[in-house]
Amino acid sequence: MIQRPLIFSPLNPISPQVSTPTTPLVNAVFPKPNRGWIALSSSFQLPELRLQNYQLTLPPLVCSASDSVTNQPSMASQDEQDPRISKISSVIRVIPDFPKPGIMFQDITTLLLDTRAFRDTIDLFVERYRGKNISVVAGVEARGFIFGPPIALAIGAKFVPLRKPNKLPGEVISEEYSLEYGTDIMEMHVGAVQAGEHALIIDDLVATGGTLCAAIRLLERVGVHVVECACVIELLGLMGRERLGDTPLFVLVSST
Amino acid sequence: MFAAENGLKGDPRLQAISDAIRVVPHFPKQGIMFQDITTLLLDHKAFKDTVDIFVDRYRDMDISVVAGVEARGFMFGPSIALAIGAKFVPLRKPKKLPGEVIAEAYELEYGSDCLEMHVGAVKQGERAIVIDDLVATGGTLSAAIRLLERVGAHVVECACVIGLREAKGQCRLNGKPLYILVEPREVDGCY
Repeated sequence: MIQRPLIFSPLNPISPQVSTPTTPLVNAVFPKPNRGWIALSSSFQLPELRLQNYQLTLPPLVCSASDSVTNQPSMASQDEQDPRISKISSVIRVIPDFPKPGIMFQDITTLLLDTRAFRDTIDLFVERYRGKNISVVAGVEARGFIFGPPIALAIGAKFVPLRKPNKLPGEVISEEYSLEYGTDIMEMHVGAVQAGEHALIIDDLVATGGTLCAAIRLLERVGVHVVECACVIELLGLMGRERLGDTPLFVLVSST
Repeated sequence: MFAAENGLKGDPRLQAISDAIRVVPHFPKQGIMFQDITTLLLDHKAFKDTVDIFVDRYRDMDISVVAGVEARGFMFGPSIALAIGAKFVPLRKPKKLPGEVIAEAYELEYGSDCLEMHVGAVKQGERAIVIDDLVATGGTLSAAIRLLERVGAHVVECACVIGLREAKGQCRLNGKPLYILVEPREVDGCY
């Protein structure tokens, strides 16, 4: 089983709405008193185990750097994990029951408030993609617009926004994709990318993979090779990685 | 104030930035000449120059908050924030931000809209700039300024890539200065 430690803190200066979960979570630990942020997992897979002891032993956070050959997450040991990852994970805030009951929303806005952690997030992607002949960074509206442009600027690529319908002013191509209920549409400007270009797709989080798949299809329709999808967070257990098929996925932190 | 009148007169980067912006006539409706910055984002040098000009201006102003207006403000704001060591605060349409928010309504041509900011994102006394791609009437930027001032931040300036010149007299929003790189392009410039 992939170990994904959960850090719960009752101290949350931004959101007073965050509440203590009433069901036990695997590896739930309480952080040191002056750490303010929550890194809970979603409640999708509630474990059978009950933690005996809520001492401050922090299991290592897993950096799910995908192995592009096998397309499986690697189980990074504590020794291999980049030290920046645990800080990034710790400053992502979880908001329970948003946008609806049962969803544990991974809020990256708190990451953006931590200048060091935000810088490290971008650096981790830039270090991976610099010098790899990637000429396009495509970002999914709207949180992909926050991470994509700094990466694009650092690696010398163009930034291409992938948007909801009727936002892009010029001629577009559209791709429909499924939501839990109903469908949505993603658009890209005609002419933004050229056949043969190598692209990254950036979003803050991957869950079911539906949005990323639509983005991959949009780019492939115009002859672009999608090298990898990159997200800050992967929600495990939703088959997102599998849904991307042959396209590798790279994430910084995982959550159940 | 325009960058060309404030230290960057004749700076060739400004012309390249202007040239990289595409005009789409009659979007979203008849009569509007839409200034499309997505073509600027495709020009790596011009995009980098855009960010660099803002960074050079704000780097030594002790700015700790860059607030960006959804969604095109998100394309410029974070890079500026990272370079000057400030935090990035997204100002969003209603119901997008998951935590506790404060909201500010503002007027549209027909009806009104609302801008939200997370409670606790900005602290009293912090020095902030507001970023958006374009300023027209200033309604959106005014709402952004009010949001920040309500929590006690000091809005040092609003910064936009594109702005209308007839905002002279209105080159201050709520008394806040406005810094603009280029004027809107005419329809002849569209491609």
